[in-house]
Amino acid sequence: MSTETSTWATKKGLAQMLKGGVIMDVVTAEHAKIAEDAGACAVMALERVPADIRAAGGVARMSDPALIEAIMHAVTIPVMAKARIGHFVEAQILEALGVDYIDESEVLTPADEAFHIDKHQFKVPFVCGCRDLGEALRRIAEGAAMIRTKGEAGTGNIVEAVRHIRAVQSGIRALTAKREDELFTAAKELQAPYELVAEVARTGRLPVVNFVAGGISTPADAALAMQLGAEGVFVGSGIFKSDDPARMARAIVQATTHYDDPRILAEVSKGLGAPMRGIELGTIAEADRLAVRGW
Amino acid sequence: MTAMKIGVLAVQGAFAEHVDVLRRVGVDGVEVRLPSDLEGICGLILPGGESTAMRKLIDRWGLRPPILDLLAHGTPVFGTCAGMILLARHILDGDAPVFPVLDVDIKRNAFGRQLDSFETDLHVPLLGDLPVHGVFIRAPVVARVGPTVEVLSRLDDGRVVAVREGNVLATAFHPELAGETRFHRLLVAMAADHAEPGAVSGRRLRPSRHRTLPGMTAIPADPAPRTRTGPTAEAEGRAAS
Repeated sequence: MSTETSTWATKKGLAQMLKGGVIMDVVTAEHAKIAEDAGACAVMALERVPADIRAAGGVARMSDPALIEAIMHAVTIPVMAKARIGHFVEAQILEALGVDYIDESEVLTPADEAFHIDKHQFKVPFVCGCRDLGEALRRIAEGAAMIRTKGEAGTGNIVEAVRHIRAVQSGIRALTAKREDELFTAAKELQAPYELVAEVARTGRLPVVNFVAGGISTPADAALAMQLGAEGVFVGSGIFKSDDPARMARAIVQATTHYDDPRILAEVSKGLGAPMRGIELGTIAEADRLAVRGW
Repeated sequence: MTAMKIGVLAVQGAFAEHVDVLRRVGVDGVEVRLPSDLEGICGLILPGGESTAMRKLIDRWGLRPPILDLLAHGTPVFGTCAGMILLARHILDGDAPVFPVLDVDIKRNAFGRQLDSFETDLHVPLLGDLPVHGVFIRAPVVARVGPTVEVLSRLDDGRVVAVREGNVLATAFHPELAGETRFHRLLVAMAADHAEPGAVSGRRLRPSRHRTLPGMTAIPADPAPRTRTGPTAEAEGRAAS
């Protein structure tokens, strides 16, 4: 019988398997092991966590393939890696390495200010960031098999993540309340393909899995994202910039599973030491914000 | 008998998809995160997800003893992908077994990484002539089958991807992602028979050891057209972009 690899169902399906879980940024094989032991459902292989990228400045690029391979060898859970927005050659390299998912990410410096990667051309699935429903649907139209709201990476501040997941969720709710003849204009306003807009209006959900990213640094933050409609969370700097990364990682995993049970959230939040210090958003100049990258 | 409830382990993974399939076959799916959630369930589903993450969450909240106890009493269980790994008596990469009730050796990520994930049609004679559409995602495979394990399906190359031993049902692929309901209906029938022996098969059988359920040998074909969301959604996305 015919067998087809890298189909839409398998691309989207891997994200479905990650649901209810925590995807953790890691910069070494040792970090990757700590993440896996804590119960991460996948890791994101990076040279620097977003907080350090932010501090270092300059151009942030795809990580060294040797580092990504070392992390792939260290763990059995899926390994993701980041390519710059529009940098389809970095994506080709990551696909050649055999990573399980590519994040076309605003955390790295964009390589193209007009065009995102045509993700349909790849066998490896992509996750992309968004700030609202229109942006999510534009990325899905380009072939993203998973979406994450952007938040503001490397700040340890949940406020932008909350803004973005609320924007996506309320955008979806607004569509479901529209008459069919109103969806054409809705598509125009969302700057998204009509077919995807109509599908969201009909099903009341995005056609792919949606996680929350950018600023999660405590178990309560993770649970907040989940209660607002996330299907799982990405934690970047929040784990390895905290006092006790293994403990914080375990607690965030537990909180993501039991996001709706405040007694358990209280239990897992006890005695974790200091979370990452964090940055108040008002102190970050518009030009230094990562979430505005991409369109 | 009150409305049947089937538990779906919901610590991580694609549990919502199983609850949806159960709803389609007219059964209540109960998300199981804590031992108290197991109250009153007639069967259990262990979904796909990351088995390494799931095993830690199972142990953190004490789910292992009560689930082992249910399985020891023959409560029917269905594991898909990671769920199949959790049920295996032996896991080849050295991970300790979690609920060792299925006499098989399992190889994790047997086909490779995500780039090797695939879809194919499978013959599952127990479910009738209509093929089962198998979605395999970083899937495991059954590397050894014990003497009392029934092989339900193999790939063309002979590798075993669906098995049953008594009331334990397991697949390396994801029926819940392919609009397939027959495995869930089989589980529901096994659960009904376990809860009320004889109601389905017409005679009392030892609950944990019946190899076939006479009432279930020819499960009617899924009335709903199989949704292969992939090509359509992708085509839509492309046409629109």
